Amino acid sequence: MNVPTLIPVGDPANETFTINLGPQHPATHGVLRVKLEMDGEFITNAQPVPGYIHRMHEKMGENRSWAQFLPNTSRIDYLSALTYTHAFVGAVEKAAKIEVPLRAEYIRVITSELNRISSHLVGWGAWVMDLGGFTPILYAFDDREKILDLLEAVTGSRLTYCYYRFGGVCDDVDETFIKGAAAFVPYMRERMKMYKKLVTGNIIFRKRVEGIGPISAEMCRKYGACGPVLRGSGVNYDVRKAEPYSIYKDFDFDVPVYNECDSLARYLVRMDEIEQSLRIIEQGCAKIPEGPVMGKVPRVLKLPVGDTCFATECGRGRLLVRITSDGKEEPYRVRLRTPCFTNLSLFEEASQGMMLADAISLMASLDLVIPDIDR
Amino acid sequence: MIARTLELITFLLTHEPYRSLIYLLCICGFVAANAAYLVWVERKGAGRFQRRPGPTESGPWGLLQPPADGIKLLSKQVMAPPGSDKILFWAAPLMVIAPPLVCLAAIPFGDTILARNINIGLLLVFSFGSINVMALMLGGWASRNKFAIISSARVVSQNVAYEIPMLLVVITMIMVTGTMNLQEVIIQQAGGFWNWNILRGIWDFSGGGWGHIGGNLLAPITFLIFYTCMLAETNRAPFDMAEAESELVAGAFTEYGGMGFGVFFMAEYANIVVGCALATLLFLGGWQSPIGTLPASWGIIGTLVGVGFFFAKMYFLIFSVVWIRWTFPRTQFYGLLNLSWKILIPISLFTLLLTSVLLKLPRLF
Repeated sequence: MNVPTLIPVGDPANETFTINLGPQHPATHGVLRVKLEMDGEFITNAQPVPGYIHRMHEKMGENRSWAQFLPNTSRIDYLSALTYTHAFVGAVEKAAKIEVPLRAEYIRVITSELNRISSHLVGWGAWVMDLGGFTPILYAFDDREKILDLLEAVTGSRLTYCYYRFGGVCDDVDETFIKGAAAFVPYMRERMKMYKKLVTGNIIFRKRVEGIGPISAEMCRKYGACGPVLRGSGVNYDVRKAEPYSIYKDFDFDVPVYNECDSLARYLVRMDEIEQSLRIIEQGCAKIPEGPVMGKVPRVLKLPVGDTCFATECGRGRLLVRITSDGKEEPYRVRLRTPCFTNLSLFEEASQGMMLADAISLMASLDLVIPDIDR
Repeated sequence: MIARTLELITFLLTHEPYRSLIYLLCICGFVAANAAYLVWVERKGAGRFQRRPGPTESGPWGLLQPPADGIKLLSKQVMAPPGSDKILFWAAPLMVIAPPLVCLAAIPFGDTILARNINIGLLLVFSFGSINVMALMLGGWASRNKFAIISSARVVSQNVAYEIPMLLVVITMIMVTGTMNLQEVIIQQAGGFWNWNILRGIWDFSGGGWGHIGGNLLAPITFLIFYTCMLAETNRAPFDMAEAESELVAGAFTEYGGMGFGVFFMAEYANIVVGCALATLLFLGGWQSPIGTLPASWGIIGTLVGVGFFFAKMYFLIFSVVWIRWTFPRTQFYGLLNLSWKILIPISLFTLLLTSVLLKLPRLF
């Protein structure tokens, strides 16, 4: 018989207890552990404990060639794999001064934006699921399925795409894909209207996100938060506009920014971003030129000695890839600065004094992907 | 032979100890069948709301899914967490399933289908209905699990907050009907849907002619308050703070497995049945037909048609419960308390006041 250990009676008014939110918990969507110090329903301290799914991607980068590291990049934030591959490919192209054909750049933009929409859809559905509404995530997955079908036809995989190559993309897209992507735009716009009716306008949902989890622009700067979290705090920073890469400067789109700093602002940023991505896809499908999809790439890739940085805007924020080459076939160092890690780091401060249910809403508004935190 | 059997059945149904026994057995069967098949309705309904087929594998349209689930739950090891209070831990599921069984004994399903015609039926239903709160709290507390204890604390304050507007609403209804006998409440609502309490409160035709102003002008709102409180009382979405799986894993049931969990699950549906049956008979005329009155000459057939009307109304309300669950997100805990103390209680107090004034006013119209 297991006799419970007696707990000494403390001061009942100031007594707190610790609960482990995770590593296995329905709201953390993976193996994130948050050690919560609770005073009743209120959180006095929340300490995230990452590391349960660390796979040493950066170290793996050091013992394989540049091209061999490419599949790794799509397994970090598995929900926006293409933008991650884009960052690494972009960094290597910048260092090796490889020219990318225009058609390949268009394909990259269209597929990346499709990937961003699918990533936001999962984030949206999972968020409402964290708040207890189960139906939206299945609607979101239904629409995401259409994107996955499109991307599967050109990339060959449905989640961890490895489609971009140094100098272009590995396969050209056909007319069916362009037509399918163009047809997806009006379809998704109709669905967005339904989403707004079902969730955005729902009074229970509004009450659970409006004014909940304020994150000021100051706090964002302090912790280096990025992506929709930063834009929800009134800072107009989007890598696609601020340091345009690929051919984003040729596209007409807006950066949604909200000044309210609460969870609702972050939610609306994501919803508006889906619509902006649709605009980009629409323009891309209309303007995509004919031509080759691979540039000239040396058979054995050796980068010049030195550092190169390349940032992309992925679903959850700014991904910076810094590669260091010592002139060999393998990288000397691959450093990934991932958005979820910095976005999680502000959770400890932002969740002070919150109630458990609101903290879950806050965590969902950060839209964390755990392998992106641990990589 | 058939005549003999009918005679025996008539004898059994008219002689007291046998009659009660048969009714109680029927109620147990009714609760079990409802618990099992409401789960199927819930899963099938959720499937349809979510653009998927729901259970399809076992039996036609997945109809054998509930027995399959039951067998799975029964075959699991019965296990209490080490260090938990074993007596309270196992008493909780029993305490949660017993009250709805008792409540159903007082609920009239037809003009003669009634286990016990109790003068204070409404009082009985409400006094037993509040026991499940204590059972949930005990279950959570005895589990010796932090998530379960948070859930217990939530259950208590949530239910205290919701009993009050619910009882205020029920007092209003008692004032209008003037009786706590559930059968009499239904009999008063005879004659068509305009005589149901939900509409009779506004304009009362029962006196004949053009009728006069009713006792409770806000009767439809009263019904909505009752329904909302019923959802909160039964811990159903959007008020399922006690279970709240994305926050508290499974709340008070976290440590229960196998049939211990199964009983909590059954009790949830049994409580919904009781709540919706009560809403049906207090506001929607119970077994009364929506058009006219069932003629007394129909005898047993009339009774069965009445039971059909009762079930149609009750299952529509139950379906709405499922519908609400799969549409809305969960409310915040304090949002729920705010809703109760700042909106529902003032409105139901005002309704109570209005009703008492209207009932005492001389009939001007």
